[in-house]
Amino acid sequence: MNSSLAANPPVATPFFFYLLAAVMIVGGILVITRKNAVHSALALITTLLAQAGLYLMLYAPFVAGVQIILYAGGIMVLFLFVIMLINIERTMKERQFNKQWLVGIVAAGALGGLLIAAYTTTTGGRTLFPLGRQSYVDGDNTQRIAMLLFDNRFGTYMFAFEIASLLLLVAIIGAVVMAKKRI
Amino acid sequence: MNAIIDYIQSYLRTKDVTPGGDGNIFWATVYILLVFVGLSVAVIAMNWLERKILAHMQVRLGPMRVGPHGLLQPIADAIKLLLKEDIIPAEADALVFWVAPFIVVLAAFTVFVVVPFGPEHAITDMNIGILFMLGVSSLSVLGIVTAGWASNSHYPLIGALRSSAQMVSYEVAMGLAVVSAIMMTSLGEKGGTLSMIGIVESQYQQQEWFLFKFFPLGVIAFGIFAIAMVAETNRAPFDLPEAESELTAGFHTEYSGFRWSLFFLAEYSAMIAVSSIAVTLWLGGWLRPFPNALSGPTWELAFSLVPGLAFVFLAAMCFYNTARMPKHPLFRIQTMGLAGFGALLGLIGIVLFLPGVRERVQDVFWFAAKVAAFMYLYIWYRGTFPRYRFDQLMRVGWKVLLPIGLGLLICTGLWVMRVEVWHEVIVPAWLGCIGLLRRIF
Repeated sequence: MNSSLAANPPVATPFFFYLLAAVMIVGGILVITRKNAVHSALALITTLLAQAGLYLMLYAPFVAGVQIILYAGGIMVLFLFVIMLINIERTMKERQFNKQWLVGIVAAGALGGLLIAAYTTTTGGRTLFPLGRQSYVDGDNTQRIAMLLFDNRFGTYMFAFEIASLLLLVAIIGAVVMAKKRI
Repeated sequence: MNAIIDYIQSYLRTKDVTPGGDGNIFWATVYILLVFVGLSVAVIAMNWLERKILAHMQVRLGPMRVGPHGLLQPIADAIKLLLKEDIIPAEADALVFWVAPFIVVLAAFTVFVVVPFGPEHAITDMNIGILFMLGVSSLSVLGIVTAGWASNSHYPLIGALRSSAQMVSYEVAMGLAVVSAIMMTSLGEKGGTLSMIGIVESQYQQQEWFLFKFFPLGVIAFGIFAIAMVAETNRAPFDLPEAESELTAGFHTEYSGFRWSLFFLAEYSAMIAVSSIAVTLWLGGWLRPFPNALSGPTWELAFSLVPGLAFVFLAAMCFYNTARMPKHPLFRIQTMGLAGFGALLGLIGIVLFLPGVRERVQDVFWFAAKVAAFMYLYIWYRGTFPRYRFDQLMRVGWKVLLPIGLGLLICTGLWVMRVEVWHEVIVPAWLGCIGLLRRIF
C-alpha cells in the first residue's frame, strides 16, 4: 500500500520470468504425457500456479489471486474429485494418444502462425505488444478493474462482463438439469 | 560491511511500513523466521491446551505425567512422532503420497505472509491480501485430496472425497461473508481495500469493529464466517473427513511418523490462519479495545501495561499451583519445574513492562489474544457438539449459509450505497409513480 513501483523496483525480472515459463512448459508437457490422470491434474495445477506468478509479474495481482482461487483451488479440486472416482487401472491400460499427426500439425501451425502474426502486425506504427507497458501503482490495480467494468466514463466492458456471467448461469442451469433426474 | 549494516538499519528508521513494503530482504527474512517459530510454538501450545481443556470439560485430568501438569507432553509426542517408522504402503502412489503433506503444510504456512500482527508487524502488505489468504488456504484441499487418493485405500479415499466436497461447499459461503466485510471498508477514508492492514485501518477510521457495523449485518456475516471456518479446517462438529468412528482417521489413515505430524501441524496452523482472517475482518485485528473512545496518554499507558500484567497473572497462577503441588518427595522435580515455568512467564511479563518493548509488542499481544479466543472456541466446539451427518452438513452449507450470505451481500451493498440508492432509485421511482397516478386520474 505504501510501496510504489518507483520505491520498489522489481528484482531479477528476467530470471523469474524464465523460471515461471519453464515451470509452465514442463507442467504442460507433463499434463499430456502422463498416463495417470491424477498426475496430469497435479501437473496442470503446477502450470496454473506458475501462470498466477506470471500475472503477478505483469502487475495484475487481482487476476493472480482470482486465478489461484478459481482454477487451482476450485476447478482443479473438482477435476481431482471426478478423476478419483474413475477406475484408474482401466484407463492406464488404454491407448493414450489418438494419432492424427496431419490434422495436429496443421492445427498447431495455424495457431502458431496466428500468434506470430498478432505479435508482429503493426497498425499505424503501433503493435499489440508495445515495449513499454502501462502499469499502475501497486495499491490501485484492483480498483482500476472495477473502474473499467462499472465506471460511468471508462466503463466500456460492462456489457461483455454481463454476457460472460449469463454464459456461466446457463452452464450452471445446464449442469443442474443434467444431474437431476426429476426437477 | 558498513553498507550491510546501513541496509539493516535503514528499515528501523522507517515508520508504519512492513519489511516487505519497504523491500528490505533482511528484515523480511527475520519476520518470516519469527512467524514460523511463533506458529510452531503456538501449535505445540495448542496441542497441550486442547488435551487439557477437553479433559477438564469432561471432568478428567488430562496429561499429568510428563512434566508438571503434562507441560512437556507435546515435546514427548514430537519426539515419538519423529522416531516412528515412516511407512509408505506398497500399493500407494509413492510420489503423490510423498508430496501431499508438503502441499498441505505449504498452503497453511504461506498464508501467514499477509497476516497483520500490527501496523508494521506483517511480513508484507499485499494489495490483494484477503484474496491471497483465501486463495492459498483453498489450496490445502488439494493436499488432502491427493493424500487420500495416493494412499490407495478405502477409508482415506472416502475421507478425501468428503473433505473436498465439504471444503468447496463452505468456501462459497465463506467468500460471501468476506465480501460483505470488504464492502464495509469502502466507507473508510482511503476507500475500499483488500489489503489486510487496510481493512484494520478502515475499522479504526470508522471507529467501529465490523462485527458491530450496520447491526445486525456485521454480526450475521461474522456468524456465517465463524461456521464456515470450522468446516474449512475439518474440525468438530464438521470433522467428517477424519471421523474416527467411521473412517479410522480419514484421509491420513495410512500416514505415520513425520508425515502424519506434518498434517497435524498444517491443521492447527490452518486453524490459526482462518481465525486471524476472522479477527482481522471483524474484530479489529491488532487494535486494542476502544482505541478511539479511550484515547489519550493515560489510557495508552494503561492499555500498554496489559500484556505484561497478563503474563504476570499467568506466573502468579503457576506459583499458586506450585504451592498446591503434593509435598511427596517424588513430586519434587515436578514442583521445581512448575516453579521454573512460572518464573519464566514472570520474566517475560517483566520484559513486556519495559517502555521500549511494550509499545512495540502490544499490537501483537492484542492480535494473539483475539486469535487465542477463537482457538478456545474450536476446543469448546469439539467438547460440546456432536458430529454432523454428511447430508446435514451439505444442507447447512448450501441451503442455509449460502442463501443467507447472498441476502446479506445485497443488504450490505444497499446499506453502503444508501445515499445513492435513495437519490437515484427510490426518489425517482416514487416521483415516477406519482406522475403516473396524476396522469391516470
